[in-house]
Amino acid sequence: MMGDEPAAPAGGTPAPGGAAAGPGPGGDGAGTPVDGEAIRAFIQRFAEKVAAHKDELTALDAAIGDADHGTNMDRGLQAALERLPGEGAVPADLLKAAAMALISKVGGASGPLYGTAFLRAAGAVAGKAALAPGDVLALFQAALAGIQERGKAARGEKTMVDALAPAVDALEAALGRGAALGEALAEAARAARAGSDATIPLVVTKGRASYLGERSKGHRDPGSLSATLMMEAAAETLGGPAR
Amino acid sequence: MTGPGPAPAPAATALVLVSHSRTLAEGVRELAAQMAGPGVPILTAAGLEDGSLGTDATAILAALEEALERAREAVVLFDLGSAYLNTATALDLLPEDRRRRVVLADAPLAEGAVIAAVTASVGVGAEEVRERAEEARGMRKVPDPPDEPAAAPGGDPGGR
Repeated sequence: MMGDEPAAPAGGTPAPGGAAAGPGPGGDGAGTPVDGEAIRAFIQRFAEKVAAHKDELTALDAAIGDADHGTNMDRGLQAALERLPGEGAVPADLLKAAAMALISKVGGASGPLYGTAFLRAAGAVAGKAALAPGDVLALFQAALAGIQERGKAARGEKTMVDALAPAVDALEAALGRGAALGEALAEAARAARAGSDATIPLVVTKGRASYLGERSKGHRDPGSLSATLMMEAAAETLGGPAR
Repeated sequence: MTGPGPAPAPAATALVLVSHSRTLAEGVRELAAQMAGPGVPILTAAGLEDGSLGTDATAILAALEEALERAREAVVLFDLGSAYLNTATALDLLPEDRRRRVVLADAPLAEGAVIAAVTASVGVGAEEVRERAEEARGMRKVPDPPDEPAAAPGGDPGGR
């Protein structure tokens, strides 16, 4: 999607009203393109957030799952950090390396789901050294599509889709009206958080917790929280300088 | 289980058993192999690297690669939950030309594997093996109770 021209989309004449994100520095609305180092920072930040929330993720999973989501995701992301290719790697290489680590190290259902998400994300930006905002959107759309296809999950089933799908919608809408990438990703992260909150009253229909039926009500879905952390990591690292 | 010496002619269909438990997969393999005889390669991908319970897409990928060395096609049978997710992920990682030679059977693991192994032992292709294995879903193991209350001790009427 979207040609390679770096500053095409929101750039040229930054819509006067669209300066919400960073009035000062963001003179050129498109910000810096997302290169390999930005993607590396994104994966690192995601890993940091999961490490920081490991116990919370596991506690949520203990309520309705098998109490391993935090530990598993932390193990997988730490393995991903070890396997990331060095400087000069393009976004797709980094995403693919993370995918393989997640697939082989996370275990449970989250491993193949997050692994597939990163694998599809890598495919969506294959060959590009720097990603325009439209490419970043394509990346997250592909990740979401991979998770939905693999997990056969729709919205409202108390899964990570409940955070990711609204996030991708918000990202698309914000970019569509000309918001800078940083602002659009911040909106996406807020939408993910709201989507995760909305899983609390739902009944689980997927995975092990579905055997609990009504008893799964009243707990946040742990996958929706890790997905929110991923979108928050993206907002903090892919949105251009100094957020 | 492979036996040394020159590679035998490739079999028509190999089986790959995916389970959370190494013990379970080995047991099913033993059972299916006994029913099928030596001509059907049966591989397992079960448990995590450290021996704990779980399924691992990279291990499944390796088993699929080996199965396709030893047979023209492969049928995968799996147990619960993430076993399917990891199998589908392993298929994603398999090159397209090999992926086309793999078929997933949506069948109970033990019963499906036995039927699949027996079917594969007559040299048929993966699609037919899958179909037969999936029939295991509806297989009754206990004879229909209402069929013959025959010698009901009380000799009540009711019957049919």
